[in-house]
Amino acid sequence: MIEVRDLYKHFGDVKAVDGVSFVARDGEITGLLGPNGAGKTTTLRMLYTLMNPDRGQVLVDGIDAARDAQAVRRQLGVLPDARGLYKRLTARENIEYFARLQGMEHALIQARREQLIKALEMEDIADRRTEGFSQGQRVKTAIARALVHDPKNVILDEPTNGLDVMATRSLRQFMRRLKGEGRCVLFSSHIMQEVAALCDRIVVIAHGRVVADETPDALRAQTGQLNLEDAFVKIIGSDEGLAA
Amino acid sequence: MNTMLIVFLKEVRENLRDRRTLGSALLFGPLIGPFIFALMMNTVITRELNKADQPLRIPVIGAQYAPNLIDALKQEGLIPRPPVANPEAAVRDQDADVVLRIPSDFDKSWRKGEASQVEMIYDSSQRETGGSIDRLRHMLETYSRRQGAMRLVARGLSPTMMAPVSVDDRDQSTPQSRAGQLFSILPYFFVLAVFMGGMYLAIDLTAGERERQSLEPLFANPVPRWKVLLGKLGAICVFSLASLTISVVGFGVCGRIIPAEKLGMTLNLGPAFALQVVLIMLPLVILLASLQTLVAAFAKSYREAQTYLSLLMMVPALPSVLLSVLPIKVAPWMFTVPLLGQQVGITQLLRGGELTSMQISTCVTCGLVVAVLATLVTAAVYRSERLAISA
Ligand SMILES: Nc1ncnc2c1ncn2[C@@H]1O[C@H](COP(=O)(O)OP(=O)(O)OP(=O)(O)O)[C@@H](O)[C@H]1O
Ligand SMILES: [Mg+2]
Repeated sequence: MIEVRDLYKHFGDVKAVDGVSFVARDGEITGLLGPNGAGKTTTLRMLYTLMNPDRGQVLVDGIDAARDAQAVRRQLGVLPDARGLYKRLTARENIEYFARLQGMEHALIQARREQLIKALEMEDIADRRTEGFSQGQRVKTAIARALVHDPKNVILDEPTNGLDVMATRSLRQFMRRLKGEGRCVLFSSHIMQEVAALCDRIVVIAHGRVVADETPDALRAQTGQLNLEDAFVKIIGSDEGLAA
Repeated sequence: MNTMLIVFLKEVRENLRDRRTLGSALLFGPLIGPFIFALMMNTVITRELNKADQPLRIPVIGAQYAPNLIDALKQEGLIPRPPVANPEAAVRDQDADVVLRIPSDFDKSWRKGEASQVEMIYDSSQRETGGSIDRLRHMLETYSRRQGAMRLVARGLSPTMMAPVSVDDRDQSTPQSRAGQLFSILPYFFVLAVFMGGMYLAIDLTAGERERQSLEPLFANPVPRWKVLLGKLGAICVFSLASLTISVVGFGVCGRIIPAEKLGMTLNLGPAFALQVVLIMLPLVILLASLQTLVAAFAKSYREAQTYLSLLMMVPALPSVLLSVLPIKVAPWMFTVPLLGQQVGITQLLRGGELTSMQISTCVTCGLVVAVLATLVTAAVYRSERLAISA
């Protein structure tokens, strides 16, 4: 479970995150929805302790990120905004490197790695060096290495960015599977259909603030709009940046 | 497995697969020194040998006025060439190193027992001519002294009357020390080998990782950043140490095949030299790895890091240049300054001197202290929030 309490992060005059609070529960998919520049990436970066908040608290499975950043990272599997691979290593070696850094045993690494390669349908590319990988192949490898240690909580920053329809569908399938395994899945997106199709809970942020935190149905009811797209536009107050 | 070891092994493995890094770290970087050195020595030796062996071919104007002088000079190795019309122009245009002109009244003064004049026409700003001028002057002076002595004897006087002070040269330089003077640039080549050995890795492991967007996912792992840094530094050190070793071996091979003894010099570049060089260079390996990483961490991109490091590469040349240009006396404190200590120490070894264990331990200890400080600064920069973010 991930709890965010009153988080602030300013870069000079830019109020990237300006008082964000929400809870992402286990066994649920929580979507962080917002237009470009809303502060999604910055919020997530504070969750996986890459950045320190100016103010506010992050709790992952009850552990305070300010107290024990390393323990928090141990509870997380992260697909950051930056998802560069090591070009001169194969996909398998990329996954294995992160698994080792997680402190996993050799036998366990083997088992988990093969399991993920199968689940993400990347057997054909697993032994290729990642130089020249397509977007989709890169995302798959990055997800596999992020989840190799079997984390309870999964953070994905715009996971479907740059993926085609088929790849997006299979990634959504994979995220439902993670939810089914009882994990807490938190992902960001600026595509409302995606959020609507997947989420149990939607946190809408704009200009660094949470403007709605509901289930998809409640969101529709609250705004009085039948169409989710219209609902979002109404919440955010304009239709900036919410193109599908 | 330990985090540092995991990072270290991965970086070494990844970079062993990179041709460019390997080429610069294990081929170009370490061997450029021995290569230039061999080239330099070869030029010097060939030139010196040529000069000494070859007869001195010099245009002589008015040879017919002093046949005895010319005969004597021929015995010393002079081959008179036909006179030139304009000797001043000839030396300026480097058609001749020097021209000897004998005036028509040479014989007249000679008979009167007066000083007969000869002229040497040359341009001392032409570097290559120095040897010829000196040789000709020496020949003329020898002839003059001999003839003077004979005149004194003819008048019943002792020739020593003309030489109340006699000078004997006792040069204290040994062949090694003369070689050391000539090769004061050599220590820089070792620093260069270390620098080039680690440079591409240092850039790649920090600026490169950030540019390729893999630093952020790496730091999302539950490991402290300083351990990641130490693993990376270890990989850089291993590459620069390999480079240094190859360089030292390269110089050893040079020392065996270059016929330096023909110049009266001895090149001591054997295993004992190699071991001591590697030992006193060890702190520099760590220091440079840290500094290179520090610079790469500040640079905004791979290219920028490359530019900065190319400039940083010039800094270690300073002690080499200063010590070879300025006549600075080696003092004990110099061993406490990294780079300077190595420069002074290696030069001392080259000149055939020994390094005391005190000098070695001063050099190594002070170097290590500074290296640790540099590493601490780099670790502090590694902790910063901005480091991982490529934007
Ligand atoms: N390191 C930084 N330095 C300065 N400003 C930053 C930095 N990171 C983010 N910002 C600014 O903070 C704001 C929020 O950025 P953020 O990347 O969190 O948005 P986002 O919701 O992820 O947008 P997108 O959908 O485009 O990814 C933006 O105005 C951005 O310019
Ligand atoms: Mg973003």
